[in-house]
Order: sequence, then structure tokens, then C-alpha cells
Amino acid sequence: MKIFVCVKQVPDAKDVRLDPKTNTLAREGVQSIMNPYDRHALEEAVRLKEQHGGTVTVISMGPPQAEATLREAISCGADEMALVSDRAFAGADTWATTYTLSMAIKKLGGADLIICGKQAIDGDTAQVGPGLAERMGMPYLTCVRKVVSVAGQVIRLERMMDDGYDLVEAELPMLFTVVKEINEPRIPSLKGKMKAKKQELVMLSAADIGADPDLLGLKGSPTQVVNVFPPEMRGERCLLEGTADEQVAQLATKLEAIL
Amino acid sequence: MDYFLSEEQEMIVDVARQITDEMIIPQRAELDEKEEFPDAILQTIAQADLFGLYIPEEYGGFGGGCFDMVLALEQFGRGCVGIATAFAANALGAYPMLIAGSDELKQKYLPEIASGKKYAAFALTEANAGSDASGIQTTAELDGDHWVLNGTKQWITNAGEANIYTVIAITDRAKGPRGATMFVVEDTDEGFSYGAKEKKLGIRASSTRELIFKDCRIPKDRMIGRQGTGFITIMRTLDQSRPGIAALGLGLGQGALDEAVTYAKQRVQFDKPIISFQAVQHILADMAIQLEASRALVYATARNVDTHKTGVSKIASMCKVMATDMAMKVTTDAVQVLAGYGYMREYPVEKMMRDAKILQIYEGTNQIQRNVIGQELNKEYGKK
Repeated sequence: MKIFVCVKQVPDAKDVRLDPKTNTLAREGVQSIMNPYDRHALEEAVRLKEQHGGTVTVISMGPPQAEATLREAISCGADEMALVSDRAFAGADTWATTYTLSMAIKKLGGADLIICGKQAIDGDTAQVGPGLAERMGMPYLTCVRKVVSVAGQVIRLERMMDDGYDLVEAELPMLFTVVKEINEPRIPSLKGKMKAKKQELVMLSAADIGADPDLLGLKGSPTQVVNVFPPEMRGERCLLEGTADEQVAQLATKLEAIL
Repeated sequence: MDYFLSEEQEMIVDVARQITDEMIIPQRAELDEKEEFPDAILQTIAQADLFGLYIPEEYGGFGGGCFDMVLALEQFGRGCVGIATAFAANALGAYPMLIAGSDELKQKYLPEIASGKKYAAFALTEANAGSDASGIQTTAELDGDHWVLNGTKQWITNAGEANIYTVIAITDRAKGPRGATMFVVEDTDEGFSYGAKEKKLGIRASSTRELIFKDCRIPKDRMIGRQGTGFITIMRTLDQSRPGIAALGLGLGQGALDEAVTYAKQRVQFDKPIISFQAVQHILADMAIQLEASRALVYATARNVDTHKTGVSKIASMCKVMATDMAMKVTTDAVQVLAGYGYMREYPVEKMMRDAKILQIYEGTNQIQRNVIGQELNKEYGKK
């Protein structure tokens, strides 16, 4: 089974600042990490490989420094890595990103299974997984919390819902996105770290993947960010005190006043 | 200080540090309180390829040496000496086979230990054989194709959790020091059982029990090395393992210094952080001096153990004494810096102080280490 895992290098959420002039994320001096949901996607891919055989390729569209995140993925059990990097990709929204990733995965021979994190903690769109599946012409499921079985071309998954879960069957090739409940990502192994050090990085440019330049980066992105700003603090906060019954009574009075 | 580690050694430190920070430190207080064996953590260590760090590649290990183990044990010791002891006891159990075992024995047992599928333990101590190993009462007698073991081993680390035990027994009492032999006993062997779990001052996440042999029959080929070589194998095992115990002392000392300095910067008395007072600064400075001096000796010793296969008993004992006496002193001082808070279980330093004590006792008390050093000095100067 040929598994692809999409990973994104993101600023550490503990250390996020906006550039006050450009209103974009200030990346300088900010620690970069692998998007936490992608760690779970990678772990699931490695477990599936360990059980069923095959290869795990991690792929990222990003600047050259995203290589560090790919090498980290190798140390956690991935076999191959590819960095899709070109100035032409700058400013891509999820529409252009999914086009670029799909072209790169096709260039690398396609996938039986693609696993993504539910969303990235910087953009928080949760669109790249589903968008990529559409581009690849694959069925997809989001918010998967458990892989129940893989038998031949049939995969059974549990999809987390607000009021429980759905047990869903799908046919490979397909794509799914994972929630953090799916597993506990492993700590890199010593042999993994040594492999990560030596592993060859496949670099793919816009020309390498045969992409249409009009569909890339800012040019290929229908989403234009007009402004980014921190929300203003609004509303009045108050702490209710007393016994539980007293607090409920106070809350009811306040709600009645509003309604 | 820069100790010029190789790239590979930096990776060992990184992996061990991550396991310590993400798994050992968050769980140490609970495992200590409940006296619970750290199985999940040991499995993480195995998955990270550190279980077979010191085992040759041909037996499924990483092919590292004493210094590599020292680096890993220092990190684990920084987190919890109890958990680190449960890990280190596997190496102590495996070394006799590595040092003196037949290829068949190595092929049979080492890959399972290297992968963490089975745990190992080492059994020397008895009720009347502590510092004086000649007091061993456990016997092994040959009966056809089997050795039959009788006797009781005491305070055996990992007993009841391990599957593979390397045990020393008397095979010919008349031969004195050349009358003892080492064997491999499996947990499933008939006539082999355990005593109750001991209640200890510290290292409570590690398990300590008696091993009881009652006509325990094991196949003849479970003998490690030749008959009568048991004590020699043990001495060579201890040359390898004592720097590891010293490394636990280094880690523990580092952990205690980290806690003490962090606390001293935050704790305000007389309107100032207490680190601004010389009385506190001097305690911290002395802790740091002793720690770094110990580290320099332990690292240098471990590198020597790796390059000089024999004649390392003196330095192995020297680094064990220095780093473990340091750990006792530094953890006691850390409790003093944290004072009332340090004495409470809410802060980690009281456990560090409790854990430190065993380092001065096990794998040869620090008095026995000084005997070794003294005897070696006597020999060295006798040659001149």
C-alpha cells in the first residue's frame, strides 16, 4: 500500500504573533513545528504500514526550511519525503494548494491512501484534505478517530461526530483526515533519526510537477486576504458565586432579562 | 560544557531527553506513589531503539558502548532514578551473557532483550552475601543434562517483571572464588518462584523481590562461560555497569540543580528572589561545581571503558563513588534550597533525595568501591 501523508510546518501555537504592518503571521524568531494534527496522521500511516506493508511518503508544500519537518517525519517512521517548493507557490490559498499537492502526488506515481491532519493550527481551514481528495478524484472522510480494518481494497473507519461516531466503509484509493483521538504519536527512534539525517529529499518545483502557472500561488487563489486583525474584546464577564442552586437562579434571572 | 559528542551520541541524548521530558517526568510522581512498574515507558524506550543500545548489531542491538549507555542513563536519571533503574537492570542482566556467554546463548536471549520483548535481571545478592560475595549459599549441581539450583537471592531488581535472569551459584565450594558459576534462568523454569515485593525508601517505580530456587532444573547449556568463572564474569560486568550507575547520579544531580535554581529565581523572601542572597548562591554554586566535576570523570571513564577492555576497575569504581556521593549531597542541598516546599511531596526534590541514597549502596556500596580503588593502588605501586 502506497500511503502519502501531507504535513505542514507551522509556527508553534505557544508563540504566535502578527506583524502589525502586514497583518500576516510573523515567522521570524518563531519556533516552527510539525502541525500537531499531522503528527497523528503520520503515526496512523506508519502503523498501517507496519501492519499491512507498503511505504509512507511525507509531502509538504512550503518554503525550503520545511525540510526540517519532513526529516522529523522520517525519524518517526516515514520512508520517503518530498518537498514541493517554488516561489510561484507563494500566497496560495487552499484552492491553489490542493492543485499543487495533487499534481505533485500524481508526479510521484499516485497514492492508494492519503492521510491528512484534520486541519492546520495556523490557517485552521480544514479544507486541504477534502480539496485534495476532490483534485485526486478520490472519496474522502474527515475527522477519523479510528481505522477499524483494511482488507484488500476496503477500508473501514470510525468518523467522529458530535453525538457519537459513524462507522464508514470506503474503497481504496481514498483520503481521510484524522483527529487527535486516533492515536498517540511515537517519539522518534534512534535509527529513525539516523535515517532522517541521510535520507534524500525529493525537491519538486512548479516545472517539475507540470503545473499550469496560472493556477499557482496568489495568482491561482480566489481567496484574497483583505485584512487580518485580532478580535476586539467585547461583552461583560461576570463570575457567579454561591451554591450551585443559587448560581443557577442568578443565571436564570440574567437569561430572562436578555430574552 | 562541551564534551565533543559525536553526531550519533547527540542523537542518543536527544531521543533519551525527549522520552524523559515527555514521558518520565510527567509520570514519575504517580509511579513512585503507587510503586508501579513502568512498563509503558520501558516499551517506549525499546521502540526508540535504546533498549539494545549496548548490544551488538548481530544480536539485534544498536552496537553502542559504555559511553552511549552513560548518555542515555544520565537523561533517564534526570527524570526518575526508579524508572531508570528498571531500565538499567536489563543491561546488568544481559552483560554476563555478552561478556562470557556462548554464541548460542547470545543468539537465544540478546535479540529479545534488545527489542524489549523480554526483560532481564541480574542476581548476585543473598541474605548473607552482600558486600562479601563469598557468602553465597545458592548452589548448582549437575544432574545428567541439567543443572539443579537451590537457594534464595535477595533484593533482585526487576524480579517478577523480568523473563530472563542471570544468576550466580556455587558449583564447587572447595574451589573458593573459582567455585562459582553463572547461569541463565527463565521465568517459566520449574522450581523457580519469587518472594514478596519489597517496600523501599526510594526508586519505588522499580520492582525488588527475592528469587527462590527449589530444585530448579535448567538445561546444561544455560551455563554462562566455563564452570568456575562466575566471579570473573561479575567483575567484568561491574566494570561496564558502574559508570552507568554513576550516570544515574549525574542525571539526578542535574535534575536537582535544575529544580533548585528555578525555584531560587522565583521564590521571593525579604522582597527579593532568594537567588540574590549569597547564602543561597553558594549552595547552588557548590552543587554545580560537584556536578560538572563528576560529569567530566564519568564521561572520561566511560570512554576509557570503551577503548580499554581490561584494567578499568579502578576508574569504574572511582566514577561510581564520586557521582553517587555527589548526587546524595546535591539532592540534599536541593531540598534545603526549597526548604519547607522541598520537604513536601508536591515538589520533586524530596523524591530525588530519597532516590539518591540507593546509588551509594547498590552495585557495590561506596565503601566497597573504595576497597577496589585501594587494592588497585596497592597493586600499581607494588609494580614500581
